[in-house]
Amino acid sequence: MSARVDDGMAAVSEWFDGRSDAALLLVLAVGLYALFTGVSLVLGYDLGGIVNTLRRITFLSAIYAMLVLALNLQWGYTGLFNLGVAGFMAVGVYTMGMLSTAPTTNPPGLGLPLPIGILGGVIAAALVGAVASLPALRLRGDYLAIVTLAFSEIVRLTYRSPVFETFSVAGLSLGTGGSTGMSLPTNPIRILFYENSQEVTSPPSAFGEAVFGTFEAIGVRAPVVEGTAYAIVLLFVVAGVYALLRRVGNSPFGRVLKAIREDETVAGALGKDTRLFKVKVFALGCGLMGLAAILWRIGGLASTADFRPITTFYVFVALIIGGAGSNTGSVVGGAVFASLLFEGPNFVRRVVTQYVDIGIGQTPSTIFEAVGPLASLDVTPLLAYTISDVNVSALRLVLLGVVLIYLIQNRPEGLLGHRTETAASVDLSERPGGEDR
Amino acid sequence: MTTTAPDSDDAPADESAATTDADADAPLLQVRELEKSFGGITAVDGATFEVERGTITGLIGPNGAGKSTTFDLVTGVQTPDSGQVVFDGTDITGWRPHQAANRGLVRTFQIARELDEMTVLENAMLAPRGQVGENLWRAVLPGVRKEVVRQEEQLREQAWETLEFLELDHLAEEYAGALSGGQRKLLELARVLMIEPEMILLDEPLAGVNPTLEEKLLDRLHSLRDDGYTFLLVEHDMDVIMNHCEPVIVLHQGEVLVEGSPEQVKNDDRVLEAYLGGEV
Ligand SMILES: Nc1ncnc2c1ncn2[C@@H]1O[C@H](COP(=O)(O)OP(=O)(O)OP(=O)(O)O)[C@@H](O)[C@H]1O
Ligand SMILES: [Mg+2]
Repeated sequence: MSARVDDGMAAVSEWFDGRSDAALLLVLAVGLYALFTGVSLVLGYDLGGIVNTLRRITFLSAIYAMLVLALNLQWGYTGLFNLGVAGFMAVGVYTMGMLSTAPTTNPPGLGLPLPIGILGGVIAAALVGAVASLPALRLRGDYLAIVTLAFSEIVRLTYRSPVFETFSVAGLSLGTGGSTGMSLPTNPIRILFYENSQEVTSPPSAFGEAVFGTFEAIGVRAPVVEGTAYAIVLLFVVAGVYALLRRVGNSPFGRVLKAIREDETVAGALGKDTRLFKVKVFALGCGLMGLAAILWRIGGLASTADFRPITTFYVFVALIIGGAGSNTGSVVGGAVFASLLFEGPNFVRRVVTQYVDIGIGQTPSTIFEAVGPLASLDVTPLLAYTISDVNVSALRLVLLGVVLIYLIQNRPEGLLGHRTETAASVDLSERPGGEDR
Repeated sequence: MTTTAPDSDDAPADESAATTDADADAPLLQVRELEKSFGGITAVDGATFEVERGTITGLIGPNGAGKSTTFDLVTGVQTPDSGQVVFDGTDITGWRPHQAANRGLVRTFQIARELDEMTVLENAMLAPRGQVGENLWRAVLPGVRKEVVRQEEQLREQAWETLEFLELDHLAEEYAGALSGGQRKLLELARVLMIEPEMILLDEPLAGVNPTLEEKLLDRLHSLRDDGYTFLLVEHDMDVIMNHCEPVIVLHQGEVLVEGSPEQVKNDDRVLEAYLGGEV
């Protein structure tokens, strides 16, 4: 049984190795879409429901892909162990929120145009990243991990603190909303469809009316259309980030990063100012994490609950799945994690509740009540317990644990981590005109 | 850089050729009263010596004499407790390694430190100074990137030539982690040669290298010296020291014991005593 699984894995990885990156990503996308369409059909969703399911996994996959790409630059390429991902994400989101929410909302913001807010959020995350890395750069890797983890919790608790719920600087009032959170500016995709994109109650523009009308006719409602359009835009953003980081990696700059990861002393002895490179990598990576978080939360609520260390953990798991050191692997890891491991358990729950009659109010409240009936071969209470709302995130963690253990034992380099992505701005696989001279 | 004639390999970089200062006769490297202890052990205890330009100077001494630690102190891998290092008229005491390297002073490590998960070619291309593509913006922005690509093409060719010379070219696309001990030493050498520095500190570069290639490397050291490079060579093989180094400095218990021509050193009783005593 296990031998067969291993054979299967070997076949899959062999297959993976032979493909071009584009083909690989395409196959992955088609596979995930087919899977989730199937699940939606099993759940009896109509077309609107199917589209919404695909929207949801596209959206989450794109956000995670961005986060993983950014972490891959820091950890996969440079070996910097940043355990503060969630903190830098929070800095991006909260800065954007404080810059761009209207002064009239509660908590108030400065009401600056959204592009300024987003740029401000990204720059703030980058600067904070650079500053946070400074004290640790002289120390060994583990200290960077401790410093960044502590830092991210400090950031979270600061945003959560009642002191900053609303405050004023130079006569302007600002606020983080403390523990209730902060409502963020509306999603910019609304510009496409609404007369006044910033008003929630705004009527659709002529274009919006036409589009919504068309889709309404086939059962896809306006919010789903809007969200799907946004998810598609995000795919382009991911492509942009991917192209950027690929260039960074495949360059003399990327070569130095790899050297730092392998042996910082050697990089230094060869004349590279390793600290400078590390600060730059931290700034760039954290800026991108800020951007990903802004795109994740915009149009909704910023809440400190989203920026707990577990979020950092998720991004690490996704990177490990995809394979640290590979940009394509990062995208694969982000998508696989977001759709199968993060969203998967929710769908499992839905499918099970649909097909197994658990009975209202029958869900056991403790693991003992759930396991007890197993003696009489009744698995329903355990199933009900496992997939109940409260426990689905625990189920997710168990699933993550199993996947991690499997990977570490059988494929520690992740799905794509072993691939050679040579760090040079030119092709190193042959020597042009070398032999015949 | 010589774009038109890539075959004129390994000419020292422009800046290193321009050593026509007033103090061209002054020693290239001056080490004064260098001290370093680790807890109770004094590894370097007031070492003072000079290395003249255009020499292959030997640095010998029994195991634990402080040779490698001296290299560390001179190149900034470790900071001395006291003392002074002057390179080419500049006081570089306490400089960080990359600063010393960019000034033209580089070293190899006794235990070869390869960048395991990088290919041999990547290892070699990493080393050269003044790579425009090490600037993040230049590496990324479409317009300016052309220059980076052009320089990379040059570096690739230079790297291939260096690897060819060191008989590593058939391994160019292998991961450095897959190399044998001797091959690692050679790659280490390839990297410092790619930097085209003024002075190279070699810490037992020949350990584990086959005799034929060893001869070839030593020949190469001589021709590089004739081109203006300066070497400080740590080596335990006395034949190599006697036949290829001039002068020879003997380090013992962190201090310079004797300094002179190979003949003088060979016939000095104190050296014999140090080596015999060191073995006990
Ligand atoms: N990092 C360190 N911590 C503690 N002791 C050290 C350290 N580095 C060197 N030493 C000690 O300093 C002394 C000199 O060591 P060093 O490596 O410089 O000798 P060496 O002359 O290079 O010897 P070998 O010929 O064996 O390479 C030794 O006694 C060694 O144990
Ligand atoms: Mg030594």
